[in-house]
Amino acid sequence: MDALTLHSPILAVAIPLLAAFATPLIGRLSSRARDVFVIAALASMLFVVILLARDVYEVGIRIYTLGALSPSQAIPENHMVPVRLVFEVDGLGALMAIITAVVALAGTIYSIVSIKPETGQNRFYALLLLLVVGIMGIQLTGDMFNLFVFLEILSISGAALAAFRTRFVDAVEGGFKYLMVSTVGALLFLLAIGIFYGQYNALNIAAIASAMQYTVLDQVALALILAAFLMKSGAVPSHWWVPDTYTPAPAGTSPIMYASSLACLAATFRMLFSLYGVQMSLATVGWIVIIAGVLSMFVGVTMALRQTDIKRLMVYHVISQEGYMLLGVGVGLAVLSNPEALAAYGREAIAGGLFHVINNAFFKGLLLLTAEALFFRLGTRDLNQMGGMGRTMKWTCAFFLIGALAISGVPPFNGFASKLMIYESTYLFNPVLTIIALIVSVMTLASFTKVFQSAFTGPALPQYKEVREVPMSMKLGMGLLAAATVFISLFPAFVVDTIIYPAADALLDRSGYISAVMGGG
Amino acid sequence: MSQLVLNAPFVAVAALTCVACYIIMTQKNLIKIVMGVVILQGAVNLFLVTLGYRIGGVAPIYTETSGTLMVLPVPQALTLTNIVIGVSTTALMLALIVLIYRHTGETDAEKSRRMKG
Repeated sequence: MDALTLHSPILAVAIPLLAAFATPLIGRLSSRARDVFVIAALASMLFVVILLARDVYEVGIRIYTLGALSPSQAIPENHMVPVRLVFEVDGLGALMAIITAVVALAGTIYSIVSIKPETGQNRFYALLLLLVVGIMGIQLTGDMFNLFVFLEILSISGAALAAFRTRFVDAVEGGFKYLMVSTVGALLFLLAIGIFYGQYNALNIAAIASAMQYTVLDQVALALILAAFLMKSGAVPSHWWVPDTYTPAPAGTSPIMYASSLACLAATFRMLFSLYGVQMSLATVGWIVIIAGVLSMFVGVTMALRQTDIKRLMVYHVISQEGYMLLGVGVGLAVLSNPEALAAYGREAIAGGLFHVINNAFFKGLLLLTAEALFFRLGTRDLNQMGGMGRTMKWTCAFFLIGALAISGVPPFNGFASKLMIYESTYLFNPVLTIIALIVSVMTLASFTKVFQSAFTGPALPQYKEVREVPMSMKLGMGLLAAATVFISLFPAFVVDTIIYPAADALLDRSGYISAVMGGG
Repeated sequence: MSQLVLNAPFVAVAALTCVACYIIMTQKNLIKIVMGVVILQGAVNLFLVTLGYRIGGVAPIYTETSGTLMVLPVPQALTLTNIVIGVSTTALMLALIVLIYRHTGETDAEKSRRMKG
């Protein structure tokens, strides 16, 4: 067990990576064995991640140096800087790793039935596992260039998955757009890496952070990094690709793709807090993040209100909810240099934003899966052609209700808990932001009421007489996310104390992040 | 004069980046957009290699050199990785364009539905 915990950072990436390449081979023998294998791989990844997270919460930041005699030896003897590849896991990394592992498991269980009608399933699972590798790697790595490589793994597998149902032209277009955005974003990021390497001769995030001089070039690099990651996470003004890519993507992948967006968001936070930190004039950057957040909230929800395609509607809410996270963390960023304000509401705002990340990963993923469940049975995503599905698809209806109430911030669901944290803290910072956030929340509720009414209530339609509930594996996948949502709703204080505040504190503790690798301090 | 010559690669990087961004933002033909991305890749690669260059340096493949400088090996490794990644993303993009062309008979972003980017 100790050895497993010791090597857990690398195992969390290595298990899905090796499984991705073994999957097509096993699939040639038997498709049932392959399904079992994929689920087993992801379940063991979840187990390793939980071990890792427990260790991080108990002991503190974990580093894992690849190729060193001992994983904790980041800097080789007779060297001043870390030359080897280092994985660095703190509270934020642990939080995101847990989210990724749970969502990946749920999405894959759901896929087992929902992907059955398609050809090329072996490749589907291989790509799915590679996507998980990309997300996991982004969260755990402590090296800039390694982050770039994982970003590209994520881009390529994500684009191929989005375009997986090549018989739909919109799926192919969605994949192309995603690849386009990702590639350009990743190249901008690589340009920033080049700038850092030219100045500081280092690729390790902690090493760069400790040497950071805040020159003009560093500001250029910050602009490049912000552009790259916000583009990939789909915040306004680069939100246009999100609905086109997510809507036609195959069923079970939607929540995992969503987790990848959240991962990019978390990477943005990592760069802002751990790499740049308090010396930068962060009020300006904080306001940029806040404004991007408010715009995303507002644009996302207004676009969602006029959609009739159920999944497209939900995807616009993805953009809108991302706005809340940016708002929360942006407020924390803006007051980072002011210890009083930070203690009064800054930490709370960051925690609220991060709490919203985990909540959304679960209930938003759940909602995307229910939309796909309707599409699976009805063959349409048009809300105007649906009706009365609450009578025949009772489980799906119940799961939808849990997700919809949670996302609209209705008490006692977890969406309410995280939104309340954001409201309270932003109110102390600037009441206007809170009012906008409240209005957006009301509009979200309105939009989901519309979906509920058109899809689930009303008389049973004659053309859907034969429609039955979705098969077991799809129910199981949705049930897992619903259970996670309900669990957080029941014990919000427990969740916030055990995993959210450590993540927020990890963002605030820049010197801790640096000294874990560089020593001293 | 020598200042100018030494900085020439960086000027080229800036010029290529601008050209690439202009192409990606304004062109409608999907193939041309991919060309823009490839130019951007070239710009980034040139930037990385230039960073590691030392005047009169030799290739970093010897363990013993008689006091001469070596160019930095790390940027070259980064460049090599980026070239490999670049080839695979370009290949995937072109494959997707072929699929779009089969569906719509067009490689024009404006004509095939609402496609932009």
